[in-house]
Amino acid sequence: MFTVDALGKACPLPVIETRKALQQHNAVTTIVDNKIATENLKKMADQLGYAYAMTEESAVHYTVVITKTGDPADAVEVSAVKPEKEADEYVVIINSPAMGVGDENFSRSLLKTFIYTLTEQDVLPKQIVFYNGGVPCVTEDSESLEDLKKLASHGVEIYACGACLNYYGLTDKVAVGEITNMYRIIEIMRTAYRIVRP
Amino acid sequence: MEELIVCGGCNAKIGAGNLGKLLRDLPKCTGERLLVGFDSADDAAVIQLTEDLAIIQTVDFFPAMVTDPYLFGKIAAANALSDVYAMGGTVLSALNIVAFPEEDDFSILHEILRGGAEKVKEAGGMLSGGHSIHDRTVKYGLAVNGTVHPDRILRNDTCCEGDHLILTKPLGVSIITIGYSAGEISRESFDEATQSMEMLNKYAMDIIRRFDVTSCTDVTGFGLCGHLHEMLHGAYSAYIDTRRLPYFEEAYEGAKKFVLTAGGQRNRNFLEKIVAFRLADFGIEEIVFDPQTSGGLLVSVPPSQAETLLRELTGSGIRAADIGCITVKEEKEIIIY
Repeated sequence: MFTVDALGKACPLPVIETRKALQQHNAVTTIVDNKIATENLKKMADQLGYAYAMTEESAVHYTVVITKTGDPADAVEVSAVKPEKEADEYVVIINSPAMGVGDENFSRSLLKTFIYTLTEQDVLPKQIVFYNGGVPCVTEDSESLEDLKKLASHGVEIYACGACLNYYGLTDKVAVGEITNMYRIIEIMRTAYRIVRP
Repeated sequence: MEELIVCGGCNAKIGAGNLGKLLRDLPKCTGERLLVGFDSADDAAVIQLTEDLAIIQTVDFFPAMVTDPYLFGKIAAANALSDVYAMGGTVLSALNIVAFPEEDDFSILHEILRGGAEKVKEAGGMLSGGHSIHDRTVKYGLAVNGTVHPDRILRNDTCCEGDHLILTKPLGVSIITIGYSAGEISRESFDEATQSMEMLNKYAMDIIRRFDVTSCTDVTGFGLCGHLHEMLHGAYSAYIDTRRLPYFEEAYEGAKKFVLTAGGQRNRNFLEKIVAFRLADFGIEEIVFDPQTSGGLLVSVPPSQAETLLRELTGSGIRAADIGCITVKEEKEIIIY
């Protein structure tokens, strides 16, 4: 489960960080160092109709678990909170089978770690775009397939360049995301608030 | 410019419940000349000097709630001076109270003191000294003396049934200042709130004095509900009309996206048993419990004078509103509708 470590952080930060984490995760554990913070977390959980559980480990250590319940009414509540700040938005561009320049095997393993680590971010990318040497990542033999599927299931849009897949003979092997064209790739890149490249 | 670390304002105040317990068994000072003291939960102490002169004594200091030291100085001073106005008095003199880290740049302290001195001057008071110590975090405030005619003291627990309640500043400053530090509130709203905080309650009191107000307090750390609770002192109830309640729009929106403060929750814990919400509006709940730093005056005034008082206040640029009225005691003390 995703954990927000809010020890030493004053209100409202534990609540705000938990609220952000709940936009990406179905259950979030928050660790805080005072009772008032747990009460504020409970107020938020109650307002959103989420399940709340608290364990008092000591007078300066409390563990709160907030879980989204299956009630469809929640979906509306979540989207009401959802207006993500544009400043948090980013797009990831992957155009090579490796991260950085160096030993080939090592660079490939770095890219795999990069994609895995994306799944662990507090704020997930809005879109991930693969082109040229990056397109094998979205195919059925990809070592990053599970991580990309996980990202897709959390609402991250994944796009792969159609001409590139065609050139490398991988069009039939695409296992995650959508095939797209240069027009759309340029549009994503020129309207992105921030672009992140491995 | 050098900046302050933010963690305070009236949000740092010790909860009302804890304070009451703490003070209960301390030796009590009594005497005919102590007109307002510990036994009431008023804004300041008042001591009679002569037949027609009483002195008001009050002290207030806290950690910074904004990063700009000059602004912090002005707000902390306006907040401390406010207690004199809340008693119906006039500011006479003030002393600085300072805690400042040994290793920090003294130009920061200079800016704080400059802000404070300007406000004391604006209040018409003499800043005549002070006391400073080294401490890990910056704290600033004033000990203030004011004067008042013994017959013109405005206590906080002398309201009457049927009185209207007038509040002279919008609510929500803790949500705004704390939310701004957390990146959740816009600069425009922050500026609007700090302008309100640095405004002296002198201007509101200069008008209020001319009316037959029955009681007066200033809304600070215990929030609207906390200070209204003191005003009702277990003898009355009050109805608060949220359609007329003045608050910063972004404070309301901030509360709805869970910019929740520790001070607000402490107030809620202490007061929720006596407050009835007749509407389901989480944003409003947070607003009425929000601790105010240098908040407005809350006065009870006979209904016949409420309209004129409100017109004069708003006519001088004060964001005042008639927020409700006092009724006979009901099961719940404060009814928010």
